[in-house]
Amino acid sequence: MKIGVLSVQGAVTEHLRHLEQCNVESIAVKNRETLQQVSGLIIPGGESTTIGKLISIFGLADSIRKRSKEGNLAIFGTCAGMILMARDISDGLPGQPSLNLMDVQVKRNAFGRQQESFEMELQFNSLDHPLTAIFIRAPIIEKTGSGVTILASLPEGIVAARQDNLLATSFHPELVKDLRIHQYFIDMCHSLSS
Amino acid sequence: MKEQGTYRVKKGMAQMQKGGVIMDVTTVEQARIAENAGAVAVMALERVPADIRAAGGVARMADPEMILKIMDAVTIPVMAKVRIGHFAEAQIIEELGVDYIDESEVLTPADEQYHINKHLFTVPFVCGARDLGEALRRISEGAAMIRTKGEPGTGNVVEAVRHMRRVMDQIRQVLSKKEDELVDLAKVMGVSVEMLEEVRKEDRLPVVNFAAGGIASPADASLMMQLGSDGIFVGSGIFKAANPEKVAEAIVQATLHYDDPKVLAQVSKGLGEAMPGVEMSTLTSADRMQERGI
Repeated sequence: MKIGVLSVQGAVTEHLRHLEQCNVESIAVKNRETLQQVSGLIIPGGESTTIGKLISIFGLADSIRKRSKEGNLAIFGTCAGMILMARDISDGLPGQPSLNLMDVQVKRNAFGRQQESFEMELQFNSLDHPLTAIFIRAPIIEKTGSGVTILASLPEGIVAARQDNLLATSFHPELVKDLRIHQYFIDMCHSLSS
Repeated sequence: MKEQGTYRVKKGMAQMQKGGVIMDVTTVEQARIAENAGAVAVMALERVPADIRAAGGVARMADPEMILKIMDAVTIPVMAKVRIGHFAEAQIIEELGVDYIDESEVLTPADEQYHINKHLFTVPFVCGARDLGEALRRISEGAAMIRTKGEPGTGNVVEAVRHMRRVMDQIRQVLSKKEDELVDLAKVMGVSVEMLEEVRKEDRLPVVNFAAGGIASPADASLMMQLGSDGIFVGSGIFKAANPEKVAEAIVQATLHYDDPKVLAQVSKGLGEAMPGVEMSTLTSADRMQERGI
């Protein structure tokens, strides 16, 4: 089983390193050919407007949507990745490209600008002790559809959620040493491919 | 409990910019063009470096009103420049809520000995460097991101290439030294042994390293990425070109597909006239911004 990291812009190498530490075969996904080789795809943090635009121009967005609909690709979005997966962006730019996969409404930069970015100990449903979560100009989930399970919340809103083969977090598990969220996603990929 | 402005949070912000292009803008319209082209951030300035060079005199931080207008106009991060060592300008810019401060040699230095103590700020800083020693000294002072200095406002990539190659070469030296040779290398480079150990631990510069100072074409962006840059700053190269929208989009796409000549050839077509460049030998020592703040 191979897991890919969408390699368009953002924290790509950080995710690849975490996958390697979890002893999973990983690959940077930059085109449609490499996308076909993976059972799981991580969409990293970066600028959602940049990543969204570039995956549309180079035809990756359609391929990701298609494989997700076929039900043979698990996807994990962190921060910008969460925004790209969402069905609705409450404050998106007009015509902001989206993958439109997960039945959630997100708000960009929900905690404010970079100076309001923060780290904290966060309780994550299904993990027995809290994890250090780093939020950088992070989005939140404002609304969820019926098939969505909430995995972590703050007073401002939902910061982690899952819907079938889709996982999204507002924070950056690739920036801390803790591998548990990556392991959680790897388990999702395993159960999908078995 | 939420902790703001930790070094991890500051450094993480730069990590999210990797593989992207940060563009100098002087108006709301330019900021929108940059965002639409796929820039990961904009640098709000009163004049692009080529115009600062032409105008001469003392170059200071931009008018806060103009920075605030640009912050309102786009959803991507906004950066702003302050003079080297001018911590009061930095305090003012931080108060505006900008996302990143560039302590920049493009503006006239305010202090010829000391840089800003960047640890004291919640907002992250990026600083220029010509070699690994400069880069590590800026990191010791709290910089969360480094860029090559290059030679700003020239549209000539030669100095950015020199600086990136030098940093990469010196990193290889640090990695290949025996443990007991590090003390001497630290002395030569003017940095602490701990900083060199940090480089060895990370197997690279411990923070994100962008290219800046003279990048004016998609090919320039590709060159810098192939030399190991984490991303690209374009100053005068976009809005001094005949067709800024096209050049902006082309440089963004060239930065992503820097190793794919087919895409590079495609995006390089029909961009119109590039910014007029400057030959390095025509600059006097006083004209060379890269020698400020070392």
